[in-house]
Amino acid sequence: MPTKYEAGTYDVIVVGAGHAGVEAAYAAAKTGAKTLMLTINLELIAFMPCNPSVGGPAKGIVVREIDALGGAMGKVIDKTHIQMRMLNTGKGPAVRALRAQADKVLYQREMKRLLEDEPNLQIRQAMVDELIVEDGEVKGVITQIGAIFRAPAVIITTGTFLRGEIIIGDLKYSSGPNNQQPSIALADNLKDLGFEMVRFKTGTPPRVNSRTIDYSKTEIQPGDDVPRAFSFETTEYITDQLPCWLTYTSEKTHQVIQDNLHLSPMFSGMIKGTGPRYCPSIEDKITRFADKPRHQIFLEPEGRDTQEVYVQGFSTSLPEHVQREMVASIPGLEKAEIMRAGYAIEYDAVVPTQLWPTLETKAITGLYTAGQINGTSGYEEAAAQGLMAGMNASLKIQGKEEVILSRSDAYIGVLIDDLVTKGTNEPYRLLTSRAEYRLLLRHDNADLRLTDIGYKAGMISEERYAKFCEKRAQIDTEIARLRDIIVKPNEKTQAVVRSVGGTELKDGIRASDFIKRTEMNYDLVADLIEPLETPLSEEVREQIDIQLKYEGYIQKALQQVEKLKKMEEKKIPENIDYDAISSLATEARQKLKQVRPLSIAQASRIAGVNPADISILLVYIEQGKIARIEVEAN
Amino acid sequence: MEFDTITAISTPMGEGAIAIVRLSGDEAIAIADKIFKSPNGKRLTEVATHTIHYGHLIDPKTEEVVEEVMLSLMRGPKTFTREDVVEINCHGGLVSVNRVLQLVLRHGARLAEPGEFTKRAFLNGRIDLSQAEAVMDLIRAKTDRAMNVALGQMDGKLSRLIQSLRQALLETLAQVEVNIDYPEYDDVEEMTVPILLEKCTWVRDEIEKLLQTSSQGKILREGLSTVILGRPNVGKSSLLNSLVQENKAIVTDIAGTTRDIIEEYVNVRGVPLRLVDTAGIRETEDIVERIGVERSREALKGADLILLVLNYGEVLSPEDERLFETIQHMDYIVVVNKTDLPQQIDLARVQELAGKHPVVTTSLLQEEGVIELEEAIAALFFEGRVEAGDLTYVSNSRHIALLHQAHDTVNDALQAAEAGVPVDMVQIDVTRTWEILGEIVGDTMQESLINQLFSQFCLGK
Repeated sequence: MPTKYEAGTYDVIVVGAGHAGVEAAYAAAKTGAKTLMLTINLELIAFMPCNPSVGGPAKGIVVREIDALGGAMGKVIDKTHIQMRMLNTGKGPAVRALRAQADKVLYQREMKRLLEDEPNLQIRQAMVDELIVEDGEVKGVITQIGAIFRAPAVIITTGTFLRGEIIIGDLKYSSGPNNQQPSIALADNLKDLGFEMVRFKTGTPPRVNSRTIDYSKTEIQPGDDVPRAFSFETTEYITDQLPCWLTYTSEKTHQVIQDNLHLSPMFSGMIKGTGPRYCPSIEDKITRFADKPRHQIFLEPEGRDTQEVYVQGFSTSLPEHVQREMVASIPGLEKAEIMRAGYAIEYDAVVPTQLWPTLETKAITGLYTAGQINGTSGYEEAAAQGLMAGMNASLKIQGKEEVILSRSDAYIGVLIDDLVTKGTNEPYRLLTSRAEYRLLLRHDNADLRLTDIGYKAGMISEERYAKFCEKRAQIDTEIARLRDIIVKPNEKTQAVVRSVGGTELKDGIRASDFIKRTEMNYDLVADLIEPLETPLSEEVREQIDIQLKYEGYIQKALQQVEKLKKMEEKKIPENIDYDAISSLATEARQKLKQVRPLSIAQASRIAGVNPADISILLVYIEQGKIARIEVEAN
Repeated sequence: MEFDTITAISTPMGEGAIAIVRLSGDEAIAIADKIFKSPNGKRLTEVATHTIHYGHLIDPKTEEVVEEVMLSLMRGPKTFTREDVVEINCHGGLVSVNRVLQLVLRHGARLAEPGEFTKRAFLNGRIDLSQAEAVMDLIRAKTDRAMNVALGQMDGKLSRLIQSLRQALLETLAQVEVNIDYPEYDDVEEMTVPILLEKCTWVRDEIEKLLQTSSQGKILREGLSTVILGRPNVGKSSLLNSLVQENKAIVTDIAGTTRDIIEEYVNVRGVPLRLVDTAGIRETEDIVERIGVERSREALKGADLILLVLNYGEVLSPEDERLFETIQHMDYIVVVNKTDLPQQIDLARVQELAGKHPVVTTSLLQEEGVIELEEAIAALFFEGRVEAGDLTYVSNSRHIALLHQAHDTVNDALQAAEAGVPVDMVQIDVTRTWEILGEIVGDTMQESLINQLFSQFCLGK
């Protein structure tokens, strides 16, 4: 046992510096907490152990939300990407999403720098072995070499490091991602503290040397011509983009995999952890969808200053010699040199129903967990949780109101509510279909939805907030103006209508209604009415278009949200005794005792709690209220 | 007040001279006003509280008169629930009361959950604290019973049909979702408007067919086709007479029926029965030789329900056993008649042959056992165990209300798709339709879509 020493006192300690850790530390520091971030290896701050990309459907909206709340991810990826694309442009506005290919090294460097520059934040290389817990409250952490750091709030963001084990073929060894030191003592400590843990599994594909790829056999996938950004604060755009490349598996690939399936740890039973369905290994895809003749493989550069290329779609844990054969069977990769082999990794995760929606653990006051440790997968999901845990830990110790986002506020709200209410039996990934109100949770309005919340928490600078308020006012003013203007069916108007293939106007029409026509948009209508003194930015004009065009649907969604809000306002007292409510069904009672929902809305989302139980709960809560009033009256 | 407006039939199901459909909530009076027409033209929104009004319920869409009613109007808070309450007194009987309920549901009310009126009364402070426990128990008990009934109804064709509609919608949704979440996967077919239109049109048509069978549908309009079967002299005609005399005959003759086959309509505890080949029964009681299994088989064609009559005073004959065999795959009730005679029949054997089918003993001569028989018929119908011919039918008000909602949302989806709204927006209404249909079969978990996504498509990095 090393000699212990007092190493310092802080407001918030963050254990881990992956995508959850960096956001947690950044948010805690920004909102005024004296923060310490501890990581096993300083070189691995914001490291991307898997694919070199940020964003995509649902996830890209999360990045925008993180940015609207004042988080780091959007700002950093805007400065360090090699390519950016807007996905789903051919579809409705609710599902558009931005995705960036990252320069992994630059991303890490930029993130590390951002954190180093943060005055309230101290960064230390250290491995945490143990939490200090007294009377159900966290008091600090003890590192491997005996340093004692004290704080009333600790956020654990250990990702896949917790009792991590790498598996390739029949080889299995204790390790964090990318052959890093795993965190084992802390895993034991969490178990000793009484946390229920699960074993999850994920995997990564091999990386090959770009110099050895024959790109002539692949299809180019360039970035968008239009400059794009995640962050509200970004003003400079990267124009020099690198392409990705598309190729396919071949019959030969499938044959090689079939012939070697017996060597796969997935099928031999060596891997026991549950893997994500949305991120299957190539051997999984080939066995589950045997009739598919080929699968897409995307070749993605890992950065500008490296020849390393990520083979997306080719995650595998087959032995290295089989991986070599598999890679060589892909058109364009016949001579490709593998630089790193693919592998599967198993790790411990905390069953997330043990958390409050603030991400604080129910068992230990002041202890938070965020990121992959909560059973999620994906950088964006991790970052979002880190941000929320960091903000909430900081706000709580300052005696301020914590932030819980609703399912109608943000994808982040959907993510956290799903985790703490339903738990997950596989690594959880956000999908657009998980959001009931996705029409409201758009990429384009993330700032409108969340900037106020970020500002109130102290995450948004005055300068940015002023700029934001101006944008919001412009949108509202212009929409109000459009509702008041009648466009006349004169020759100019009819000519415009004809030019876009619409039917001519019979009468005058309100400008706001005119925009609703499929063939019309704000720009066309704006040309027909009195021009504004100051022209509006593209973003503002887009916002006006979307808000007006889809008004009917948006209104419908808002009505549903109204109902949800009513249910959310019906709070369940924290000290409620479910055993005292005899009419509850047994299953419902067990689930309620486990999840301890904060509101009737949350309770109604728990599997196994049916509408009758909710009715009974409502009556019981009401009874409690009446009882209190009667007691007070006497 | 913060609740939506709920409605339910407040009188027991079955036959009564009158039945009451009750509404409670902010919109109760407005909804009633939309469908109520008073002879002197007064508007319900303007009348005094705690008053009764005579008039007709009109379907505003078709201008059709649905029912002649007395309507009590009570404004909150001096009502049972402390909300605005309207009670519609209409003619008793399954058909009329359901039509009224459906009309109300289509105009903005929601069908009340079990015990919901009482719950509201409590939540609005109408019932005092000491009764809270009783309220909770009531909700539990009512829900459990309602669930049992609902589950009973869900067996069989309706459930299978709804599931197949949901599956079609789910596959469509999964494809829309996969296009959104994995836009670059070229091996997934793009969900286009024509495909969506095709699927949704099919779903809408099927829902329409179902609704046809429910509100003015075949069952309630024409009755369950019922055959009285048995050897000569077991008491078939007595049974027929007994049913016809005991119960009001709804119709005595309808167009299209031939002279050879006379049908008689009776209403047994709200269940409309169409007694087939009644002429034949009467006739063949006299001419014993003409009856045989062959003839019975003919009559059995297209029957929904069979009443098999046996003689208590005789041993079970091989002919009886053959009749059992003939109807083994159908819905039937065994009526062991003539308990006024000394027992010769082996009842244990009868029960064995009948299996899960009900066996009722009667003495039609002494008018004994008729009530039990009627109860058995009603139970079969209300628990959904009788399936009408090749028709799937919906009799549960909750189901009908949900089907109407599903019909409206799928229609919204179709209109939007035709108007060029992007597929992923149209999808909002498709999802809603899927959820509503899910409420009918008791499954609305979001998870099933995600499961569908990953079982239908090969995705991921």
